[in-house]
Amino acid sequence: MGVLGPKMAFRVLVGCKRVIDYAVKVRVKPDKTGVVTDGVKHSLNPFDEIAIEEAVRLKEKKIATEIVAVSCGPPKCQEVLRTALAMGADRGIHIEVPDEEYASLQPIHVSKILAKLAAQEEASMIIVGKQAIDDDCNQTAQMTAAFLDWPQATFASKIEKTNGDLLVTREVDGGLETIKVKLPAVLSTDLRLNEPRYATLPNIMKAKKKKIDKKKPADLGVDITQHVEVLKVEEPPVRQAGVIIENAEQLVSKLREAGHIQ
Amino acid sequence: MTMHSRRVAQKLNFLLYRPFLTCGAKKYVSREYGKVSAAIVDELTSALGAENVSTSVAVREHHGHDESFHSSKPPEVVVWPTNVELVSKVVGLCNENAIPVIPFGTGTGMEGGVLAVQGGICINLTKMDQVVDVSPDDFTATVQPGVTRMALNAYLRDTGMWFPIDPGADASLCGMAATSASGTNAVRYGTMRENVANMEVVLPDGRILHTSGKGRATKKTVAGYNLTNLFVGSEGTLGVITQATLRLYGIPESMVSAICSFPDIKSAIETTVQILQCGIPIARIEFLDEVQMDACNRYGKLDYRVAPTLFLEFHGSEKTINQQVTEVGFSSGDVVRENGGTDFQWAEDEEERKRLWQARHEAWYAAKALAPGCTAYSTDVCVPLSKLSEVIVESRKDIEAAGVKGPMIGHVGDGNFHALLLAEPTKPDAKQTVISLAKSIARRALSVGGTCTGEHGIGLGKRMFLEDELGAVGVAAMRMVKRAFDPNNIMNPGKVLPSGDDDREDGESVKLQ
Repeated sequence: MGVLGPKMAFRVLVGCKRVIDYAVKVRVKPDKTGVVTDGVKHSLNPFDEIAIEEAVRLKEKKIATEIVAVSCGPPKCQEVLRTALAMGADRGIHIEVPDEEYASLQPIHVSKILAKLAAQEEASMIIVGKQAIDDDCNQTAQMTAAFLDWPQATFASKIEKTNGDLLVTREVDGGLETIKVKLPAVLSTDLRLNEPRYATLPNIMKAKKKKIDKKKPADLGVDITQHVEVLKVEEPPVRQAGVIIENAEQLVSKLREAGHIQ
Repeated sequence: MTMHSRRVAQKLNFLLYRPFLTCGAKKYVSREYGKVSAAIVDELTSALGAENVSTSVAVREHHGHDESFHSSKPPEVVVWPTNVELVSKVVGLCNENAIPVIPFGTGTGMEGGVLAVQGGICINLTKMDQVVDVSPDDFTATVQPGVTRMALNAYLRDTGMWFPIDPGADASLCGMAATSASGTNAVRYGTMRENVANMEVVLPDGRILHTSGKGRATKKTVAGYNLTNLFVGSEGTLGVITQATLRLYGIPESMVSAICSFPDIKSAIETTVQILQCGIPIARIEFLDEVQMDACNRYGKLDYRVAPTLFLEFHGSEKTINQQVTEVGFSSGDVVRENGGTDFQWAEDEEERKRLWQARHEAWYAAKALAPGCTAYSTDVCVPLSKLSEVIVESRKDIEAAGVKGPMIGHVGDGNFHALLLAEPTKPDAKQTVISLAKSIARRALSVGGTCTGEHGIGLGKRMFLEDELGAVGVAAMRMVKRAFDPNNIMNPGKVLPSGDDDREDGESVKLQ
C-alpha cells in the first residue's frame, strides 16, 4: 500500500489505441496501400486494456486517485475511451486527428502528445501497452519518457508501490528483472501483468455519463507532420507445396535446377 | 369435385400411405444408399470450387470421428459450402441420389454423431464463420456455424454481454444447438433449449427454413408449433443448421468462486439440494468425488483434501453475492456447515478464481492420467435431485466392484453427473467391462425416472436406451417426425433413432474400438 497524504493527487494517464480486433483475419487492400479497415471489427488494443486494468486496480488499492484515458485519432476512437471508462477510468481525453492525418500518425507524435498532456494534467504516472497489435512498434512508452525526462519501466509484469517509488518486475529475454523507479514514471504493460475485467452492462451505462474532453494536437503545441511514408503493404508469400523426392539423383538435379549448386 | 379428380385424389391417398413417397423426390424401393460417384464429385466441385471439396484420405478420416471413443467412419467426400444456398444445393443433390448427409462443425461431440456409418457427404460448415448480427438492446446475437462459443464471447466482450453456455470444448454454436449442449452454469442460465430463439435450417429436400420466421427473435411467441426446439437437439437427423440466433445475458458484475469438502457423497448432494431450495441463484455447483480429487491433486500437483468436494460459483452484484456467500458458507446455521462441510475456501480475483477452479477444469485430463494410454468413456445420466445421491453412491459401488478406475464429476445442480470410466490398455476385456458398467449406470438412472443422456446426446451409442426411456409410443412419435421431414433417411443415418424395419442401415450398436 502506498503512503499518501490525504490531499495528494495521484493521477494516472493511460494511453488507449483503437486497433483492428485481435480475432479478425486481416486482409491487405487490393491497391497495396494498407489493410482493409472498413466494416472490420475494431477494439481497444489488448495491451492497453491491461494498462487500464492495472490503473483501475491501483485506484481500488487507493494508490491512484484519478484515471484519465487518452486516445488519438478520428471520432471512432471514442469507442475505446468508452470501453476504458466502463472498465473504471474516471474521464477521457480524445485528441482529434482526422482520418487522412491519422494514417501517418506515428509513436513519435503520440509520445509528444502524451508528454504535453502529462504536464498539463500533472500526472504522476503514464501507463501504456508495450506495443499496439497493428504496428508492433513498441516505442511510445520509451519516447514519452525521453520527452519528459522521466524514468521508464517497460514490459511490466508486476507493479508494486513502496513509499515514493515503484517496484516493477519486467519481462526481459533472460527472465525477470525487478527495478525501482522514482515517480513520476512511464510504464508499459506486458501480457502477464493482469487479466483485464470485462465491461459489465451497468458500468457501460455509467460510462456514458463520464466526461470525454476533446483537444487537437495543435492545442498542445504538437506538430503531427508526416515523418514516414508507407511505400507498399503486401501479404506474406503464399507457402509453396512441398515436393516429395524419390531418390538422391532427383534431389541433386532439383537443387541444380533451382541454382543452389553448380 | 369431378369424378376424374376424385379418382385422382383417391389414388394419391393410397400412395400417401407408402412410407417413401414425398413431393418432388424419387420413390425408393431399394434399401441401398447411393454412392458418391465421380460424376457427383464433379458436380460438387463445379458448384463449390475445387478448394471446397476433398476426397483425400486424411481429410475424410478426420471428419469421420469426434471426441468419443468410436473409431473413425469416414465419409466419401467432405465439402465446405460458403453460404446457405450452396448448402441447400448439396443437400438437394443428396436427396435426389439417396446419399447420406452428415453436418460437421468442430467435431467435438461426445457420442459419435459425425460418424458416416453409411458413407455419404460430410458438410463442413465452418467456412460460414460470420457473426451476422448483435443486438445489445434485444440481448441477441446471430451467428453462422463457424463461430465457436469462445469466439462469440471474445467478439462480445466490449458490449457487456456474454453467452454463458460452456460445454468443455470450444464448440461451434450451431453444433451446440444441434446437440442441445449444456455446461457448468446450466443451473442458472439453462441449456441451448432455452437459449436459441431462431435458426436457419436447410431441410432434407433442400428447402431453407427459418424456424421462428426470417429475422424474428422475440422473447416469446406462440405462433404455431415450436420448430426451433424441434431442431435443437436433433443431432443432424432432421436438417442442417446454417445460422442460429442466441439469447445473451449481461456479464455478471462480480463473480466469486468457492470450494468445500464433505465427509461423504450424501452430505455434498444434500448441501446442493438445500442451496437450491434456499432460492440462492447459484451460477455453478459442481461435484467432484474423492477419486477425482485424488486424480486432480496428482495431475495438477495440488493439495486439496481428498474427499467429496463441491465447487461453487456465485454471480451478481457485490451486494447480492455477499448475501449468497453468507447464506451458503459463513453465517451460523449456514447450509455448508450444517452438512458437515469443511475447508471452505473462496476467491474473488480473476487469477485466484482460476487457481481455485483449476482442478475442475483439468478433470478430464487428470482422470485419463490415472491410466496413461487408456480409452475413456464418460457416462452422462441425469436424474431427479431426490434420487441423485443414491444413484451416485450405487454407481460408485459398481465401479469399485468391477475394478475399474472411474472418477466422477457432476453438474449436481441439474442432477447430471459423469463417471469417467477408464479402459486400461493393460487389462484384458477392459473395454467390455466399461461398456457393461456404462449400460448398468444408464439403466439405474432410467429406473429412478432419469434420462440416459443429460447433455451429450444419443448419437450412435445410446440408441438402445431410447425405447426404455421414452416408451414405444414415444419412439414411434419420433419416427413419425423423422419420416415427415426426411422420408429418404439421408440426414445423418444411424443416429438418435434405433434402427427400424424401414430404415436402410443395419443397426450399429455401441462398439469401443
